[in-house]
Amino acid sequence: MESVKEVIKRYGNSKDNLIQIMLELQQLSGKNYLPDAWVKEAAEELGMPLSKVYGVITFYAMFSTEPRGKYVIEVCKSGPCHVSGSENIVHILEKELGIKPGETTADGLFTLELSSCFGACDIAPAVKIGENVHGNLTADSLKDLIISYREGLTYGNN
Amino acid sequence: METTKILSARFGKIRPDSVEEYVAAGGYEGLKKAIGMQHLDVIEEIKKANLFGRGGAAYPTGIKWEQAYAIKKGPKYMVCNADEGEPGTFKDKHIMAEDPFQLIEGMTIGAYLMGATEGFIYIRGEYMGIQRIVRSAIENAKKAGYLGKNILGAGFDFDLKVVSGAGAYVCGENTALVESIEGKPGRPRQKPPYIKNCGLYQMPTILNNVETYSCIPWIVKDGGEAFSALGTDFSGGTKLMCLSGNVAKRGVYEIPFGTTLRELIYTIGGGIPNGKKLKFVHLGGSSGACFPESLLDTKICYNDLKKNGLSLGSGAVLVVDDSSCPVDYLKAVMEFFEEESCGKCTPCREGNQRMVEILEKLTEGKGTMEDIKKLKSLAQTMKTTSFCGLGQSAPVPVITLIKYFEAEFIAHTEGKCPAGKCKMNGKGVK
Amino acid sequence: MDMINLKIDGLDVSVPKDTTILQAAKQLNIDIPTLCYLKGINEVGSCRVCVVEVEGWRGLHPACVTKVSEGLVVKTATKTVREARQNILELIMANHNRECLSCARNTNCELQKLCNDAGIGDTTFEKKADRGSIDCSGSVVRDPSKCVLCGRCVSVCSNTQNVGVISYAHRGAHTSVTTPYEVELAGLECINCGQCIKVCPVGALQEKDATERVWSALENPDLHVVVQTAPAVRVALGEEFGMPVGTNVEGKMVTALKRLGFVKVFDTNFSADLTIMEEGTELINRINNGGKLPMITSCSPGWIKFCEHNYHEFLENLSTCKSPQQMFGAVAKSYYPQKAGVDPKKVFVVSVMPCTAKKYEADREEMKVDGLRDIDAVITTRELAKMIKQARIEFEKLPDSCYDSILGASTGAGVIFGNTGGVMEAALRTVADILTGKDLKEIEYTAVRGMEGIREATVNISGMDLKVAIVNGTGNAAKLLDKIKAGEANYHFIEVMACPGGCINGGGQPIIMDKSKTEEVKQKRIEGIYAIDKSRAKRKSHENPEIKALYDEYLGKPGEHKSHKLLHTHYTAR
Ligand SMILES: Cc1cc2nc3c(=O)[nH]c(=O)nc-3n(C[C@H](O)[C@H](O)[C@H](O)COP(=O)(O)O)c2cc1C
Ligand code: SF4
Ligand code: SF4
Ligand code: SF4
Ligand code: FES
Ligand code: FES
Repeated sequence: MESVKEVIKRYGNSKDNLIQIMLELQQLSGKNYLPDAWVKEAAEELGMPLSKVYGVITFYAMFSTEPRGKYVIEVCKSGPCHVSGSENIVHILEKELGIKPGETTADGLFTLELSSCFGACDIAPAVKIGENVHGNLTADSLKDLIISYREGLTYGNN
Repeated sequence: METTKILSARFGKIRPDSVEEYVAAGGYEGLKKAIGMQHLDVIEEIKKANLFGRGGAAYPTGIKWEQAYAIKKGPKYMVCNADEGEPGTFKDKHIMAEDPFQLIEGMTIGAYLMGATEGFIYIRGEYMGIQRIVRSAIENAKKAGYLGKNILGAGFDFDLKVVSGAGAYVCGENTALVESIEGKPGRPRQKPPYIKNCGLYQMPTILNNVETYSCIPWIVKDGGEAFSALGTDFSGGTKLMCLSGNVAKRGVYEIPFGTTLRELIYTIGGGIPNGKKLKFVHLGGSSGACFPESLLDTKICYNDLKKNGLSLGSGAVLVVDDSSCPVDYLKAVMEFFEEESCGKCTPCREGNQRMVEILEKLTEGKGTMEDIKKLKSLAQTMKTTSFCGLGQSAPVPVITLIKYFEAEFIAHTEGKCPAGKCKMNGKGVK
Repeated sequence: MDMINLKIDGLDVSVPKDTTILQAAKQLNIDIPTLCYLKGINEVGSCRVCVVEVEGWRGLHPACVTKVSEGLVVKTATKTVREARQNILELIMANHNRECLSCARNTNCELQKLCNDAGIGDTTFEKKADRGSIDCSGSVVRDPSKCVLCGRCVSVCSNTQNVGVISYAHRGAHTSVTTPYEVELAGLECINCGQCIKVCPVGALQEKDATERVWSALENPDLHVVVQTAPAVRVALGEEFGMPVGTNVEGKMVTALKRLGFVKVFDTNFSADLTIMEEGTELINRINNGGKLPMITSCSPGWIKFCEHNYHEFLENLSTCKSPQQMFGAVAKSYYPQKAGVDPKKVFVVSVMPCTAKKYEADREEMKVDGLRDIDAVITTRELAKMIKQARIEFEKLPDSCYDSILGASTGAGVIFGNTGGVMEAALRTVADILTGKDLKEIEYTAVRGMEGIREATVNISGMDLKVAIVNGTGNAAKLLDKIKAGEANYHFIEVMACPGGCINGGGQPIIMDKSKTEEVKQKRIEGIYAIDKSRAKRKSHENPEIKALYDEYLGKPGEHKSHKLLHTHYTAR
């Protein structure tokens, strides 16, 4: 696996690239988060106060400072999805996964999150799992979707 | 309805990252033509086109470019706003996923005029797959000599880079976006100075929306007047509209300006399904106005909309049927702003939070008339005192929904939700 | 000069270009309220408390960052403005932990005053945003529940001090001002300078209170409690009792301390003189024996910690002298008990300091001799005022008293330690006499005085050009050290004080409520200090009779074995 230094080198050692570097590191973590030690190392490499780096990674919704599941399921709760029944989607997922938004399943597979619109309003209600968007969800299709991720059938690794 | 397609003409017909197919379908004619023209003549065409910024603020692009051109300081940067965070908006996604070269060409024409050698396309982090398409398109354009050094042998250089957002709606605001490209939290900057003078890396910056840039090649190729003629006297060209919500055929539609909202929703969109009736339309995204049936015959035209107190925003049209409760809906909208406010200024950071608090009370049947009064007062304060467009426009849905559905808000203070949506655990305070 | 004409609330005013509406209004005696604004430090326009109406402009505009232009018609108190202001203040207040009565800033809180002036009633909002929990780990206590997110501390810490341990984090309703990962300040690079406390409009930042510790020592019959007062305290303490800024309250302060029950009231000016003896000798030795130059002063514990974190390559340049506070403690627990016939273990040394970093310094592991800590408790100027108020002493009416012997005599050189340039000047007075072997009459080194962040001078002493620099504020120190590192500058001797203006503006000094007066207040406190210097019969450290006695009867010579053990220290790369 690439080290923090290597990632920084690839993007160019400049504060300007902080967000791009952090996105990359989060991908590399395998747990969809930014390990503290990496963040500290990056701050030092880039010559930035840690407080400023922390300010950046807590500002943007895509970053997490806590380990998350292999699949982060984001349920859109913005207006268009709301009027198409996104609340229902959240309830079903809570029941199906046995967790509340912000939590991760015990097997480390799923983290449930609520998110702002990700541009899939034409297929609302929609969820985003990793990079993949799934829309026009019904109770049944949603359950099937979870099963397919559990079994590693759909989009197993990406 | 068969109308001229400008932006969506090649959608689905070419491989999005193939320069050859783009060129074969008429691409890069605009750039070639621009290179043979006087700079100011190109800008004149854009002015004649009556093209207004498609990102939401509807600033006339020709004027923006004329001003930027006049600025002598350099280097200048070309920046594309592909943050597309306004709920209900997914048009830029389609442009980038299906025909990104028109965007690239548009930016290249701009770079040629402005003498900019570097450009950035800031694409929201949620569009990872699309970032890959655009990166690939840029690579291919470079290989084919449409980007990079000595473009088309005309002796000008231009490099384009994709920069990813990381999940922040506010980064769609000009100065926040620039901050974000610089690797910082997306908190807006004090204006003036405006980014046209002092933007990215404190240098003059030309910033436009994806759709705006994408109109440029056609305008240069076919002329500003032809573009303008497609629309109304006031609003030139066509517009990508995003239909979502309780409407039969959701999706992106390219329509000429002058089409009415009713035509869009009923003729193009197939109307409201499941035998429901229209309750209201939320136009322009979450920061736009909500209005009922009575305004549906308004033409989609910056001027006509303005006359009715509306604005087109990003082109999002959210259709909401009568099973929805305006109070409940508004709460969802304000939760979005509460979350997405950058937190810099008091009215927006605190105001959105308190509006959600009040709306929660109302949906639980614990709200009072005083609360509704407070909502209105807070809305005015946010609108007039917020630091940036986010906080200034976040209260627009509050103001408009209360304006058109005040009775339903009042009913909530009496423990009743006429739409039967809110749980009303508090059963009214009276 | 280009003058701009405008109208504010119907009154005509003409101001220079680039003036803000806020400043222009001030000329008309219209005091537009502000909260986040701090001239030159935090001009971010974020709180929106200062919004005004401008004819023909959409919305309201922040007066603090909006520049005037010709023909503007501004209105500062219309119904719209008043309603907006009230709403904004209510919004701020609703998320503020309103425990005014038990807050250290009760009666000098800017938010309290703003709400009071604007006539804010109660709020109906109930929820409280979670902005983090209280942090009492260091000399500076942070209570995020009171933070109004003005950002002043962030700017001061990052820009003025170049430390940057606090920053904005999160966003929207979750926005907070905090440390990275919300950890305790004490574990970070915080230098305890307390400049953040000084700019905080509310009680979200305070010093760690030690008054209870002092009270219980005073009440403990087994202890022999003595106190030292730093140079800068005497020109600021009076402010806490409504006396004019810069008033020298030395005599009243001594009386008050005696009434509080201290057995002996001593003076840090005394140990400042002692510091000069040691530091002057060290400088001469370094110059004569090819020691590490430039030598850099070590009296400011904020600066020391800054250097230990950020400039390891300069640690050997730091004078090995302990600061006057610590030198005092070392002597008060060795020489003094011997002379006074008390058990050194029973001596309890309290410092009254203008500084929060002194609390940290006193607690540093190495600051002890033969197992006895140099200093037992440190209180700030503000805390002393609090104790005097708790004892219901009518400070303004007190008669004057004199410091006690044998650690109470001082010279003009000792007192000027209290402001930027003072340590340098005090050192030069002594070094010049030693090098020339004369009793020089020209002792006012005006070239090293002033308020600029970085000053340099070349002083000719007996044929040698001594190149010196004076910096105040660690941000300026960083700039200077970077220049030295780059080979763009070099000196023999550098004075660094961590706080802008020096100790007179230390993190423990009285809060200046009206921030627009900050510079003026600093200036007046400095004038107070120089006035004391002028009034002293003796103005050179080596002429201090009690210092002479200390060396003759106890220490031997400066820099020799005993002095070294008691009065010198070492530094750690952190
Ligand atoms: C909070 C906020 C979010 C915005 N989001 C976007 C966006 O996602 N995309 C966009 O093009 N413009 C957005 N804008 C508008 C831009 O600030 C800017 O006006 C626009 O990108 C300029 O380009 P145009 O003239 O081509 O429209 C946003 C504005 C605000 C205040
Ligand atoms: S209005 Fe204020 S808090 Fe809201 S996004 Fe803009 S600057 Fe940030
Ligand atoms: S005490 Fe000084 S260094 Fe520490 S947080 Fe405050 S300003 Fe920063
Ligand atoms: S701690 Fe004080 S100075 Fe810092 S942001 Fe909060 S209120 Fe402002
Ligand atoms: S509203 Fe859910 S994806 Fe846009
Ligand atoms: S004082 Fe002007 S915005 Fe805060």
